[in-house]
Amino acid sequence: MRARTLAAVGASAFAFAILEWVLPRALNPYYLTILTRIGVAIVAAVSLQLVNGFTGQFSIGHAGFMAVGAYASAALSVYLGSEWLAALASVLPVPLARALYFPLPLLAGGALAGVAGLLVGIPTLRLRGDYLAIATLGFGEIIRIVILNVDAVGGARGFALTGQNGADLRYEDLGAIYAVVAISVAVIARLAYSSAGLAFRAVREDETAAAAIGVATTRVKVLAFVVSSFFAGVAGALFAHSEGYIHTNSFSFVRSFEIMVFVVLGGLGSITGAVIAATVLTAAPEGLRGFGEFRMILYALLLIAVMILRPQGLMGSRELSLGALRGWLRGRRAAA
Amino acid sequence: MENLLQQLVNGIAWGSIYALVALGYTMVYGVLRLINFAHGEVYMVGAMTGFYAAHAFGVADQPSALGLAATLVASMAACAVLGATIERVAYRPLRHAPRLAPLITAIGVSLLLQNAGQLVFGADPKFFPPLVASREAWRVGSLAVSNIQVTVLATALLLMAGLELVVMRTRVGRAMRAVAQDADAAALMGVPVDRIIQLTFVLGSALAGAAGILVGLSNPKIDPLMGLLPGLKAFVAAVLGGIGSIPGAMLGGLLLGIVETLVAGYLSSTYRDAIAFVVLIAILLYRPTGLFGSAQPEKV
Repeated sequence: MRARTLAAVGASAFAFAILEWVLPRALNPYYLTILTRIGVAIVAAVSLQLVNGFTGQFSIGHAGFMAVGAYASAALSVYLGSEWLAALASVLPVPLARALYFPLPLLAGGALAGVAGLLVGIPTLRLRGDYLAIATLGFGEIIRIVILNVDAVGGARGFALTGQNGADLRYEDLGAIYAVVAISVAVIARLAYSSAGLAFRAVREDETAAAAIGVATTRVKVLAFVVSSFFAGVAGALFAHSEGYIHTNSFSFVRSFEIMVFVVLGGLGSITGAVIAATVLTAAPEGLRGFGEFRMILYALLLIAVMILRPQGLMGSRELSLGALRGWLRGRRAAA
Repeated sequence: MENLLQQLVNGIAWGSIYALVALGYTMVYGVLRLINFAHGEVYMVGAMTGFYAAHAFGVADQPSALGLAATLVASMAACAVLGATIERVAYRPLRHAPRLAPLITAIGVSLLLQNAGQLVFGADPKFFPPLVASREAWRVGSLAVSNIQVTVLATALLLMAGLELVVMRTRVGRAMRAVAQDADAAALMGVPVDRIIQLTFVLGSALAGAAGILVGLSNPKIDPLMGLLPGLKAFVAAVLGGIGSIPGAMLGGLLLGIVETLVAGYLSSTYRDAIAFVVLIAILLYRPTGLFGSAQPEKV
């Protein structure tokens, strides 16, 4: 056990070192931007997986909660954070001050998105199946249109992350961003495979039976929804601070659909599946750039083909782990 | 008061287009329990076909009732073929797959048609030819009804009546209702389920094609992404009425059109797109299965 912990810590430190010091020097900004977007997509996909894949509640308004997180964190940074950052930077070296400040807007964005999730979740989670889907979609759009009409966060002009004192609040540190991604995925995975996660899955398999054996189904659903919204908010805040400019168009139902595609294509109920799908599908449109105007057509065809060939998603409800990989290799060797 | 009446008239004309699109959603949902997210794009293809057909038939230069009918038929036929193809290629292979799988192929088809549309038709907006010379049909006091609104409403009502006739009075319609109730039992009774499902797509898509023409008449700017938001709102209308219910889709569409027009007229047009969802959520909280939907009994 101790050796495994040590190995995990070592691997994490190694990955962090690569992301923090090697990649920013080795890759041009275009690839770094794609890597950052992949990180955002992973957090969004894994958080939706908790509701759609593990709890079986069909929510397709995830982009709305991302919007809450993005705008809340951006407003905090622009109106208050830039002063705090300046105060911190006057006593500490600038990179350290920025790294210390960075978690604050993420937590604030996540917290507000979580509250939004609670407010949306309590009334709508009584609905079932497709009715729940359309209600969450509706809330997502309502959130977006309301933000569009708030002038303090730019309205239709969009919102640039430039502090009141003119400070650039963009934060593109790849190591820090992926540390947040790793923590988010780890927390969600721990929750999904804890005893609370067992209740989530019980609700997914059969809500009536779960209620009959004493699972407080409404509470379980609301809990999953709030945690999921919190991390959607973190993803939104991450997006806002890495892009440096946000617009409500980035959080329309098209974005919600995209996240749902990650979850279903990866395999409902598989954290690693969601991570893989989010990574591949965020990179794919960029990789297909060589095809020019046929790019998105190919992307769409790819999506249809993969879904027809693997209707249960890439991973099904299984997880990819070192142990599973070893077992699979052993099985192949035995067969050969 | 007259202003209110005027808004109501506008809303009903606009809502009848939503209703036509909503019918396609609700019919497909009825037989497959599938939200056909590509339906909005079928409606876009309908409008585009209408644009080219009207120019090919020469109706664009010389508006006539016959020309309008020919354009309508051409567009409905093109969409019917498209709908049947989508069903065959993207949904039929997934008939026994997990429920969310066809939903993703639906999104895939929607993306495909949007992007293929931009490639084939060009991404710039086109101006739909005035198939009906615009003039005032009636004027009562300050209330004005244009002949375009009359044409839209009459066509929509005619098509809905036709659909009602097909679904309620023909053998095919009976088969459709049987499949909607229980596909397995229908198959045992000798109903060719696959063919009936395909026919459902044909009918629903033809209605979407007609809606594409009607929207071109009343709102002439058309482009390859035009199906996105109206498609979503028509789906909202279908859920509003109780998805799977044909009268529900008609009522939901009209209701949505009226509410949107009233909000745009009296409150603020920026909130117009949000109001559809506010109404939807308000209704779902009181009637969780929509206005005409029936609650499914829970089996233990």
